[in-house]
Amino acid sequence: MKVLIADDEPNIVISLEFMMKREGYEVIVARDGKQALDAIRRERPALVLLDAMMPEMTGFDVCAAVRSDETVRDTRILMLTAKGRETDLARGAGVGVDAYMTKPFSTRDLVAKVKELLA
Amino acid sequence: MKVDRGLVLAMVLPGLLLAIWLVAGVALLWVTLDAAQRGAIGAAVGPLVETHGVLPFAWWAVAAGLAAWAAQRLYVAHVQPHARLTDATRVLLRDPRAPAIEAPTVAVGDLTGAINALADERRALVENTERLVAEASRGVAEERDQLGALMAELHQSVVVCNLAGRMLLYNGRARSLFRRLSQAPRAMGGSELVGLGRSIFGVIDQALIAHALETVERRIARGEATVTTRFVTGTPAGHLLLVSLAPVRPATRDGALTGYVLLLDDITDDYAQQSRRDGQLLELTEASRASLASVQAALDMLEYPDLGPEDRERFHGVVREEVAAMGQRLAALDAGASQDLMTRWPLQEMLATDLAAAAARQIEAATGRPVAVAEVEADLWINVDSFALIEALSFLGRRLADAFDQTEFRLRLSGAGTRAHLDLIWTGGNVSSETLADWESGPMQIGGERSPLSVRDVAERHGGEVWFERDRGQGPGFFRFLLPLASVELDAAAPLAARPEFYDFDLFAATESTNALDDRPLTELAYTVFDSETTGLDPASGDEIIQLGAVRIVNGKLLRGESFDQLVDPGRSIPEASIPFHGIRPEMVRGQPLIGEVLPAFHAFAEDTVLVGHNVAFDMRFLKLKEDTTGVRFEQPVLDTLLLASVVHPKEESQSLEAIAGRLGVEVRARHSAAGDALTTAQVFLKILPLLGERGISTLGAARAASESSYYARLRY
Repeated sequence: MKVLIADDEPNIVISLEFMMKREGYEVIVARDGKQALDAIRRERPALVLLDAMMPEMTGFDVCAAVRSDETVRDTRILMLTAKGRETDLARGAGVGVDAYMTKPFSTRDLVAKVKELLA
Repeated sequence: MKVDRGLVLAMVLPGLLLAIWLVAGVALLWVTLDAAQRGAIGAAVGPLVETHGVLPFAWWAVAAGLAAWAAQRLYVAHVQPHARLTDATRVLLRDPRAPAIEAPTVAVGDLTGAINALADERRALVENTERLVAEASRGVAEERDQLGALMAELHQSVVVCNLAGRMLLYNGRARSLFRRLSQAPRAMGGSELVGLGRSIFGVIDQALIAHALETVERRIARGEATVTTRFVTGTPAGHLLLVSLAPVRPATRDGALTGYVLLLDDITDDYAQQSRRDGQLLELTEASRASLASVQAALDMLEYPDLGPEDRERFHGVVREEVAAMGQRLAALDAGASQDLMTRWPLQEMLATDLAAAAARQIEAATGRPVAVAEVEADLWINVDSFALIEALSFLGRRLADAFDQTEFRLRLSGAGTRAHLDLIWTGGNVSSETLADWESGPMQIGGERSPLSVRDVAERHGGEVWFERDRGQGPGFFRFLLPLASVELDAAAPLAARPEFYDFDLFAATESTNALDDRPLTELAYTVFDSETTGLDPASGDEIIQLGAVRIVNGKLLRGESFDQLVDPGRSIPEASIPFHGIRPEMVRGQPLIGEVLPAFHAFAEDTVLVGHNVAFDMRFLKLKEDTTGVRFEQPVLDTLLLASVVHPKEESQSLEAIAGRLGVEVRARHSAAGDALTTAQVFLKILPLLGERGISTLGAARAASESSYYARLRY
């Protein structure tokens, strides 16, 4: 199963990529919002670990674009964000993310959440 | 002795009536007789007249005398006392303090007593009323003075308005604030915005005020304890104002609002600072979360036991990098924050020389040693908690005086970048480092009192520092306080008018009826009295205004503090021949605003007032000719003191401003400067108003009609 990791912070990508691979997923990495949207359309991952704040396109915008694109509409989206305010959570829910995790998080919780979304 | 005509009449009248009665009786008898009988009586009585004629006459005279005597007695006993009593009562009626009436006779004693009792009662009532009125007006005057003094000292800008939005009262701070808000040329200094009787809506949107008033009224209706409401508004010049609105209510509880008090704070800088701080905090939070997430994930990975050495090194690298990045972010934030910290404690702006002088006095008092104020930079404004700072200085001075018998102090204050150095220098000996540290950080002991603060606390309250420094080789050491400079230049202390002109509660009673100005009493109107100096006499052939001066009159009071005085660049040469008349040389108008900038400002200054000038038609011609180019129209009513003077003194030859001022006892100062002439004209106008009133001219409409029909009006300019 394919998982896309979209984050502009290389230091978190290293760990996420390593972990997802260990869990047996095929991992693709995108460094900004545009790349992420292209990769979703091209690779059709089952799940995206999507950072909220990225250059070019924010995670919110990527999510909104995915939900309005019929071909990829059903992609599971787990949003990772350093924005912890209620307003941001509400915005994430509004654009249609499946789950939301505020940085920092435990990788164990993250893996559990990913498995739950893909079950 | 005065002859009492009533008495004479009363005495003469009975005799006279008796005489008429007797003569009439004889005549009646005579008429009833026929000719023979008349002849017989004539023959019988005729000879007797000669011999006994005096007898009936004397008989009558005795009767008349007796009657006169009786009438006199009656008159004195009954008529005179009543007349006297009436007169005395009338006197009492006019003057309640007239002496009590003495009963003229016993007969009217009771009546007199009753009248006196009534008069006493009335006198007591009148005196009581007068006392109450005097007390009340003294109370009001005291309260007003206290209020004026209080408002002058307030650090906030205060404006009191009536419900129509007219300013009744404002303080010096409000004036400074409005000066900053003003977009008009500098010389006007915001006086087109703030002024008694001016509308607050020139600064704050009417809708906002209306909304705030509604809120206040709702709260009052609900019976809430605090009814004051606050809102923030932007101004055209880009300032942010925090406005607190408190209602003015009559003392009776359920009365409707009569006005409101506005407290204005310019929060532009605070808001910018606050926003910056919030932004920094948010940025830090988010960046830290991201870093922590990377660190935590890397640590989670490191927990896998089967990690290869290469992967292990990679994850360690992540942790090291993120920790370093977080450290850097905090350092950067810290540098920015220390500057902000000092704004927390409410410090006051103070002139360095004032602080030094106050500190020197205090140290001298505390130590009994001389304190020299040396090297204090002039015009240096600092931000200080002066009380705490002076206390700290006195404390250090006292310690030093205790330690050394012969010590002299010097105070030094100078700017250093964005901060100031305040140095307390002493001569006479050195102090060990431990002692100094103890003085700096231990609680201060002032007199018998132990202060909770240390010298260091005081320095930190200023976002500053304090340390001891030795001038190497030169002997004396000094304590140095690092203090913040005042962040904004204080407005150059503008000469403010004497306080009483700042308020005018009579405006509470003023009503809004600008449409029907003609029916308004002259004494109720607001006036802008103005004058202009020009390059020549003919605007049509290119003469221009080079100076405009004006003062305001509101509710019959001349507001010297609210004046307009502006030089204008005419955009042409100033004829040499005209300079003696106005004293304005070409270099004086260089760099001054053009008429296109000044007229809108003057228009705003004169808004909602009647224009007044001497020979104002001359000035109006210049203003009218500029209407098309500036788009500014002066459509308000205009009064001319020249015409009004000729209404009240029609026979005078000269109606020049000096001549009128001389006649009315107005001192002429600064003749032929626009502002000076405007002031003189205003004083003349105020003297003419009551003279117009004597002629029954009390409304604007009547004054205009009288002006028009006056002799001078027929001469067209």
